[in-house]
Amino acid sequence: MIVADRKPLKEILEMLKGYNRILVVGCKGCVSVCNVGGSKEVGILASILKIAGKKNGLNLKVDEKTLERQCDPEYVDLLKDMVDDYDVILSMACGVGPQFLSERYPESRCLPAVNTTFFGGAVQHGVWSERCAGCGTCVIHFFDGMCPIARCSKSLLNGPCGGSADGKCEISKDVDCIWDMIVRKKMEQGRLDDLLKFMPAKDWTTARDGGPRKSVREELVQ
Amino acid sequence: MSELKSGSNLEKVLKAGHFAFTGECGPPKGANVEHLKEKIAPLKGMVDAVNVTDNQTAVVRMSSWAASTIMCQEGVEPNFQMVCRDRNRLAIQSDILGVYAMGIRNMLCLSGDHQRFGNHPQSKNVYDIDSMQLIALVKQMRDEGTFMNGEAIDVPPRLFIGAASNPFADPFEFRVYRLAKKIEAGADFIQTQCIYNMEKFRQFIKRAVDMGLHEKCYILAGVTPMKSVGMATYMAKQVPGMDVPDSLIQRLRGAGKGKVAEEGIQFALEQIEEFKDMEGVAGVHLMAIEWEHRVPEIAERAGVLPRPVV
Amino acid sequence: MRLPYPSNVKIIQVPCSGRVDILHLLRAIEDGADGVYVAGCLEGECHYISGNLKAKKRVQYVKKVLEELDLEPERVEMFNLSAGEGPRFAQIAREMVERIKGLGPSPVNA
Repeated sequence: MIVADRKPLKEILEMLKGYNRILVVGCKGCVSVCNVGGSKEVGILASILKIAGKKNGLNLKVDEKTLERQCDPEYVDLLKDMVDDYDVILSMACGVGPQFLSERYPESRCLPAVNTTFFGGAVQHGVWSERCAGCGTCVIHFFDGMCPIARCSKSLLNGPCGGSADGKCEISKDVDCIWDMIVRKKMEQGRLDDLLKFMPAKDWTTARDGGPRKSVREELVQ
Repeated sequence: MSELKSGSNLEKVLKAGHFAFTGECGPPKGANVEHLKEKIAPLKGMVDAVNVTDNQTAVVRMSSWAASTIMCQEGVEPNFQMVCRDRNRLAIQSDILGVYAMGIRNMLCLSGDHQRFGNHPQSKNVYDIDSMQLIALVKQMRDEGTFMNGEAIDVPPRLFIGAASNPFADPFEFRVYRLAKKIEAGADFIQTQCIYNMEKFRQFIKRAVDMGLHEKCYILAGVTPMKSVGMATYMAKQVPGMDVPDSLIQRLRGAGKGKVAEEGIQFALEQIEEFKDMEGVAGVHLMAIEWEHRVPEIAERAGVLPRPVV
Repeated sequence: MRLPYPSNVKIIQVPCSGRVDILHLLRAIEDGADGVYVAGCLEGECHYISGNLKAKKRVQYVKKVLEELDLEPERVEMFNLSAGEGPRFAQIAREMVERIKGLGPSPVNA
């Protein structure tokens, strides 16, 4: 899923300065699963905004709405009869949400309430960890299901570097060295030879480096 | 002479079978050329080449290529270091051409320390290619005369290709294979991470010799004299991939007040003495961090002077 | 036991302190409560294993929110006591009321 964190309240409040009618819009997709932008978190943020408003003597109108997704026009469309009643739409979806809202409702101010961080999964309740960098050319089959592009701090294809110690990355003892994990798994499974092969330089054209990306599936295009 | 890959002094010394002795010099945190020259001066005639670090530990300093050219002007041969952290393949290749054009003949290919602990942790890193791919790229440019994309180079850069090896990083069992991979990719010489755990290094080099790596590449053992107990404990605890045995820290402590630095040098001298006879070791890379002025004394006492003229 | 405790404490019963949600605490503040506290079982003695620990984390979350809003985090608190500790329940109620009196009315009501 796409993982996000709620922006610091101070930043959100700063963004909302001057707006009295606020629609907080959640998303039932990834951000619900990572407990940052689903209906529950929308309720919490709305309550927080109302508390902040009352404290500052403002009678804010803060309403809540959580869409199935914010990354599909048909769901974004569902707000069409509402948006005019608000000064600002605060999206709790990933970075896609506020942009789709802005595109659909160009007259409205659409702002982000979360910082979108990475593609990952829950490694334990309340803890999410990065797994994919969306580079556009998957290489994990070379590395027994582990991605050095996303999970090595230096994205090394011929690691591990000299900073790997006790299974941890040189940048922090809280970060696992993915290359340590790759090497150990290959050794356990008797396939170390795989790692003796030189991995040539990656073609980054499919990654963000190749410019903004688009995926077209001709059989679906109408 | 035609069989020389680069014609650098370091290459000639190693090829002639001499025990090589290289030094290291960090460029200044500024454009202070006089200071750089002061650091370079004591190294003249004491070492075969001097590594010029490239924003080492991710702290901004004068560029390694510029400091390397100044070193050339001062009559000392540089070993130009390049990290993959700060440049993409365009900048890497153009810098390689640039340094060669400026008379630089040795180049050490590194991944580079992550910027997180440097003085610009907010920066974006590059890592377009890794150190292994950098080695292969320099070799391709030199031996095939082509850029990474296959286009011909008008006057290819002929560099003596160096790479680093850290025998003490994890997983230990894999380290010698990674060394083999770097040699396979095109490394002509290797400089190791600072060695303090001699026992572990002996195991490492024995495996390298068993695999015949020392016949394909020159391996220089890394030596950094400890200046203080604080430095030793810092390296032991704070520098990832550094192996400083307790016994060494105890030995330094035992030296007593005012004598720790001398004890550190003594240990380094003992190491160098052992490396001279160690199968698989072709020389020593002395990284006297901010101690360039002590290099002549260390070289003298290590019995590696005068340096061969080849 | 008919122990006296301040009449301005309004009690809301829940099956377990683990039922108390962040939103419950926030809504109380939003609706004008000067303070709100959770009385859960002693740590390690939750019938549902970890309900009181969950409540503790939610209380901490709300404290942090109040701090970010420049409101006194002391307005929200977690207490642990066993069901048999009537006198302690009354004492906590008095303590909390004293604390809130010290802080004054919630700025949310201003």
